[in-house]
Amino acid sequence: MYDVAIKTEGLTRRFGDFTAVDQISFEVKKGEIFGFLGANGAGKTTAMRMLTGLLMPTEGQAEVAGFDVYKQAESIKKSIGYMSQKFSLYNDLTAEENIRFYGGVYGIGRNELPQKTDEVIDSVGLQSVRKKPVESLPLGWKQKLAFSISILHQPKVVFLDEPTGGVDPVIRRQFWEKIYEIADRGITVFVTTHYMDEAEYCDRVSIMVDGKIEALDTPKGLKQSFSCDSIEEVFIQLARSAERGQG
Amino acid sequence: MKTIVHISSVSKNFGKVEALKNISFEVKEGELFGLIGPDGAGKTTLFRIINTLLLPDEGTATVLDHDVEKDYKTIRPLLGYMPGHFSLYQDLTVEENLQFFASVFGTTLEENYELVAPIYSQLEPFKNRLAGALSGGMKQKLALSCALIHKPELLLLDEPTTGVDAVSRKEFWDMLQSLKKEGITIVVSTPYMDEANLCDRVALIQEGEIMQIDEPQRIVNSFEKPLLGVKSPQTYKLLRALQQYKWTDSIHPFGEYMHYTDKRGKPNLVSLKTYLFDQGISDVQIKPVQPNIEDAFMALMHNGLEE
Amino acid sequence: MNTFKGFVIKEFKQIYRDKRTLLVLFGMPVIMMVLFGFAIRNEISDAQIGVLDFSRDDVTQTLTHKLQASKSFTVNAWLESYEEVEDLFRQGNIKEIVVFEQNFAEKLEREGVADIQVITDATDPNLAKLVQAYTGSIVRDYVADLNAENGIEIQQAGLQPEVRMMYNPELRSVNLFVPGLIAIILMLISALMTSISITREKEMGNMEILLVSPLKPYHIIIGKVLPYMVLSIVNVLTILLLARFVFEVPFRGSNLFFFLEAGLFIMTALALGVFISSAANNQQTAMMVSLAGLLLPTVLLSGFIFPVSSMPEVLQWVSHFIPAKWFLVIVRGIMLKGSDLMLVWKETLILGVMTAGFIGLSLKKFNVRLQ
Repeated sequence: MYDVAIKTEGLTRRFGDFTAVDQISFEVKKGEIFGFLGANGAGKTTAMRMLTGLLMPTEGQAEVAGFDVYKQAESIKKSIGYMSQKFSLYNDLTAEENIRFYGGVYGIGRNELPQKTDEVIDSVGLQSVRKKPVESLPLGWKQKLAFSISILHQPKVVFLDEPTGGVDPVIRRQFWEKIYEIADRGITVFVTTHYMDEAEYCDRVSIMVDGKIEALDTPKGLKQSFSCDSIEEVFIQLARSAERGQG
Repeated sequence: MKTIVHISSVSKNFGKVEALKNISFEVKEGELFGLIGPDGAGKTTLFRIINTLLLPDEGTATVLDHDVEKDYKTIRPLLGYMPGHFSLYQDLTVEENLQFFASVFGTTLEENYELVAPIYSQLEPFKNRLAGALSGGMKQKLALSCALIHKPELLLLDEPTTGVDAVSRKEFWDMLQSLKKEGITIVVSTPYMDEANLCDRVALIQEGEIMQIDEPQRIVNSFEKPLLGVKSPQTYKLLRALQQYKWTDSIHPFGEYMHYTDKRGKPNLVSLKTYLFDQGISDVQIKPVQPNIEDAFMALMHNGLEE
Repeated sequence: MNTFKGFVIKEFKQIYRDKRTLLVLFGMPVIMMVLFGFAIRNEISDAQIGVLDFSRDDVTQTLTHKLQASKSFTVNAWLESYEEVEDLFRQGNIKEIVVFEQNFAEKLEREGVADIQVITDATDPNLAKLVQAYTGSIVRDYVADLNAENGIEIQQAGLQPEVRMMYNPELRSVNLFVPGLIAIILMLISALMTSISITREKEMGNMEILLVSPLKPYHIIIGKVLPYMVLSIVNVLTILLLARFVFEVPFRGSNLFFFLEAGLFIMTALALGVFISSAANNQQTAMMVSLAGLLLPTVLLSGFIFPVSSMPEVLQWVSHFIPAKWFLVIVRGIMLKGSDLMLVWKETLILGVMTAGFIGLSLKKFNVRLQ
């Protein structure tokens, strides 16, 4: 067993002259909910792509679920789940078909799949619409379904890229209940969001500015050390000093 | 004070989907009016009825005393409109975009420079950059400049801050405040509840219906139940325990502290603590908290479901 | 008016900025011309044929010699009997076998009639037909010479009596392709590009702003259409110049009349493009509809590749509704026959009515609102 789910050391990615991610080092513990904040263009997406094995770092070290991002990208992909607001489900497939499709992609056996499918359908409460194309579902349901699918294969770490954009506050909280639940089961959650109040739901929060991690602490700790009342104020204080992302 | 937008019993269906159900409200001159609600609530449909692009199935809508159906030609030039997910012309530069929208509305950048100057001045160093290469926040500023270029009397902004980071969002709202001072009436929609506080009045929309229209503070004040914040390092266990607690009226995760209301109105702190202790939850902290607009919204949604 | 000018300027800028599309738009006519002109030829040269001569007299030898001498044929096999025919065809190189009956010259002299049988390999029917026609015309030339001398006649078995190939005696395919190419390119640029460019505005959300602006619907339509009209005219010119100076296609009619007719067809295509974009909501749909609904019929049913007269009756009937069919008749007329309005007024009128109809439809469908 490992206790550290994600570990980076001086992780850097350059695109030509441009350093998108600049020497970031941090550790995320198993079962932790880790908030990854940053302004548009601060380098969040690039960092996330390196951690999910989609992009090779230029230099530095990183391990995800105990696997090295340079040599074991394929093993990383098998042990993580990923959900983003932009890419999630196939709109023209039904809820059931989506689940089966992703189950197949992640190598869940034929015998197991029907039962897993029922579990997901029940947990999201989609019994009555399981045979309808996903397109016709309200956004909140779609997002909950996408989330359930991302943890279908029992990943060790799940990456959530702005999972709650545009959903109503009740659904947003149901979403966070699920996040708490899987964290309780020992799955590590790595989440980005533009809702600053959501940062306060996380166990720890990092704030990226111009490719560097400028702050990393518990929400409470951050508020104390920056003498602010909310993470939003901390964020604005830090991100205001940003030099790039201005164009 | 003059009424700028007058919506009266408006309904709109798309096939079987009821996008708007019997909606009525007014926007006064110089007001910053917010339409707050999640995706799919009907905000965009409402905007398209105000800007005359859609006709209501039932009810009437007037803008600046002109009927949206009959007098659409009169209304359109008076509007500044920024559609949701509006992305400008990616292959034109910042300056060309602005000049284009100026010319389309029969004016020039120079003529109305004063109005857009506070916003556009931030963009001017990048005026020769293609709009496609701008960051999210910058794009919003440019889009706002484009909507303002012909000095509209009513500004309609459909989710201008969606997907934009907190800093850019704050700057954007600062701009709206200063435009308000210029006397421009603004109707803006957003899925971010916290932005409701920045409006003069808001309409909370859910599934095509307006749940409440009021000043944000008064909506918050309408939340009357005593609210407790409960916290423990065992977040999920605490949540489960409180969901099963017999006196729980509502329990919502709210960051560090969960927000709890009691069926009895006034909660019994001692028995609550004892219950949580019996459930094996350690380090429980309980304190009274002030409700915010989200608490109010969720309470309204909850009531709506029970009706 | 300034409003409209600004709109048109923006359109030109956008087209100009999109270098890749621009390259395709200007490169395509050239590539297509070269492809059709050089690679995909319909005329035959040096087709290998065989001769089965049961007579071996002066006349048959002269005829064989004439076949051999023509650029179209090479006589490559001399057969002894019918049994060899199938074997030769199976080998695949020989495309045609010409059979002269016994006592050919004698019969010709005595009865005035002698039979030539032409056997072709019809696995490639187009080629078979062409080979047959070429042979026919060589034999007829010879007969004409003979007739001039002493009034005898040679009959050709299995060959329909044919008139002389007028206007395009060498059956040069490039002459036929040029008008078809013009039609295709105009459809592609005018209809496809216009429909894509309008639906793109819809997709990006800009159309909503344009609609609420003081721009009138016809401003938007004309503004969108104008740049592609210019592009189309440039392309028509490119094709014509290539056709005349590289492929030496004759141009017998009036230039002005040609451009007027081409202008009319451009209008047709543009109107179709606008019409498609008023129904389609995204670029993908617009593209699919334009390709499947406009381009394919233009290629297949207009008479560009397959003659309308040899289509089943139903398709002939359908082809009447394809604007390119009428345009092809007009352009072939102008280029090859030197026709003027007197000769093609009917086709022009049909095209004009179609265009007016499409413009009317699209103006009606192009809403001032979203629904």
